[in-house]
Amino acid sequence: MFDKGKLNELRIEVESWKSEINKKGLDKKVGCTTLSGIPVDLIYTPCDIESFDYKRELGLPGEYPFTRGVYPTMYRGRLWTLREYAGYGTAEETNRRFKYLLEHGQTGLSVAFDLPTQIGYDSDHPMAMPEVGKVGVAVSTLKDMEILFDGLPIGEISTSFTINATAPQILAMYFVISLKQGVQLDKVQGTVQNDILKEYVARNTYIYPPQPSMKLVVDIIEYCSKNAQRFNSISISGYHMREAGANAIQELAFTFANAIAYVKAAIERGLPVDSFAPRLSFFFGCHNDFFEEIAKFRAARRIWAKIMKERFGARDPRSMLLRFHTQTCGCTLTAQQPEVNIIRVALQSLAAVLGGTQSLHTNSYDEALALPSEYAVRLAVRTQQVIAYESNVINTIDPLAGSYYIEYLTNEIEKRVWDYLQRIEEMGGAIIAIEKGFYQREIAESAYKYQKEIESKDRIIVGVNEFITEEIKVKELLKVDPILRERQIERLKRVRDERDKNKVKEALENLRRAVEKGDNVMPYIMRAVESYVTLQETTEVLKSVYGEYKPIGW
Amino acid sequence: MERKIRVLIAKPGLNGHDRGAKVVARALRDAGMEVIYLGMRLTPDQIVNAAIQEDVDVIGLSVLSGAHDTLVPEVMRILKEKGAEDIKVIVGGIIPDDDVKKLKEIGVVEVFGPGTLTPQIVKFIKEIVAKG
Repeated sequence: MFDKGKLNELRIEVESWKSEINKKGLDKKVGCTTLSGIPVDLIYTPCDIESFDYKRELGLPGEYPFTRGVYPTMYRGRLWTLREYAGYGTAEETNRRFKYLLEHGQTGLSVAFDLPTQIGYDSDHPMAMPEVGKVGVAVSTLKDMEILFDGLPIGEISTSFTINATAPQILAMYFVISLKQGVQLDKVQGTVQNDILKEYVARNTYIYPPQPSMKLVVDIIEYCSKNAQRFNSISISGYHMREAGANAIQELAFTFANAIAYVKAAIERGLPVDSFAPRLSFFFGCHNDFFEEIAKFRAARRIWAKIMKERFGARDPRSMLLRFHTQTCGCTLTAQQPEVNIIRVALQSLAAVLGGTQSLHTNSYDEALALPSEYAVRLAVRTQQVIAYESNVINTIDPLAGSYYIEYLTNEIEKRVWDYLQRIEEMGGAIIAIEKGFYQREIAESAYKYQKEIESKDRIIVGVNEFITEEIKVKELLKVDPILRERQIERLKRVRDERDKNKVKEALENLRRAVEKGDNVMPYIMRAVESYVTLQETTEVLKSVYGEYKPIGW
Repeated sequence: MERKIRVLIAKPGLNGHDRGAKVVARALRDAGMEVIYLGMRLTPDQIVNAAIQEDVDVIGLSVLSGAHDTLVPEVMRILKEKGAEDIKVIVGGIIPDDDVKKLKEIGVVEVFGPGTLTPQIVKFIKEIVAKG
């Protein structure tokens, strides 16, 4: 793109300009880096992207390698999905919160489940009791799921489920209620997280060891590819590793290494790559480093397209599309001067939109203190609406393309991600790297470094280590009423009493046989949940065959 | 030789967000303390038993799921029941102000919320252990 002779002239000019500035000591940020440690120069020019080839590196939106966006018209065709992750207490409360969000302009649903539901305990298990309804909604049986979606248009709206170890049960429940509402499975839209590998690294809602867990992941991918073709069968997530401390490069590298493991496992099952890859989706965080985050999303699209085309031989362009959800990074929220979080979230959301996200969750300003109040979550929704409807940033696609800095960062992130992927490959792939604790150590190291930078004031966090002021208390914090747990447990007991015991026994026996034989568990779990078999009952069957995961030490 | 301060770091309940617990554990170790990192998905019983067995001065509990309201009082009750109230308990995580008050009433010596700088925790532990 650039003339070699002119570039050389420019290089000389830029270097002398820089050395002049350095001599005078005018640059006070010498040695500064992006959040992930990429050195940032005073200025970027064509010299920093000298071999830039528009067609090869960017292409047009909707065309390989999709750097500029996965769809030809992007937000001019359709806005991103405004999707707030929500859930607490019982199904009734969460159903009300969903309706509130939809009333205020949300365009997709996203269910947060409580920890017992995520780890396979019914609400009345002793380990479950303190956690019922705390970080999400409690779902022990199909009854809870029926109430959760009561009056919501399953056939018209897409719903995302943050569920991993118990994804087969929760997805089975959703599919059963969809059918009950008269929506055929090939019409159901949504996403199931179903990304177990990152659970051993961050978030930690695993149940079984990695190998049988991978088998369940592929069961869902296979089942969806054959029955629910509009449903995203996995959401391969960097978000939680990012929250645990990973930087932007590690976030992409570990996510793609995991993605490669899933694709390999599905291919080993005998699924042709183009039969399931169009329904692989992704989930990333958006942190404070504005330009780095935008470049990250652009690099991510290019990397994924190359992986799918070059490594896995995908032919269907849809298999190469990195479609992703973004959540602003929770770890950037401060408990100090919490209203300042509104500004952080606005900037992060803008970066996600400029980065071409398909779906966005904006955090609420009070989330370093508690689950968000209605008022706080409405403000979060409004933040997205201001970007979507007032700022005009959506009017042209990938508007920062061609910026020397953005293109340089995009290239640099890509290069560093490939280096990591190479290292993980040499270790024997994602599963082995995780079993050896490689991701975990890298992430812990980054988290500690970040903390130390704050403590030494090399990194300023407004209100935390600088610009500290007297606090005004947030008035209305959401508190989960303990009575909700009692109600949940009462309902569970009633369901257990009223269901057809023979059907339960039969469904569990069939499931056990299927698990022992290694059949796809989905049809059996669907039959079980339909008969109001509880989450824990099915989990126990799987556990008895698969065993339980014991985490590696510190 | 002076005995090193011994601290047990643990996550009671099902919450798996361990970034804070690990950062604090490492900061305390770097400050010269003996840190036993017990991990997560633990019952109050397991935590107290380990604390007694390891003869620690301080237990650091990390809870981000909101379950501190039942799990922390349970740890305090079992400590008392086993005659180990001399072990000081500190708590970290997402703990609303009203709950901080309640936890302190039942004997928790301090609660460290988000944004706490680790030198504050180091200093605090050194002081309470010195006081005995």
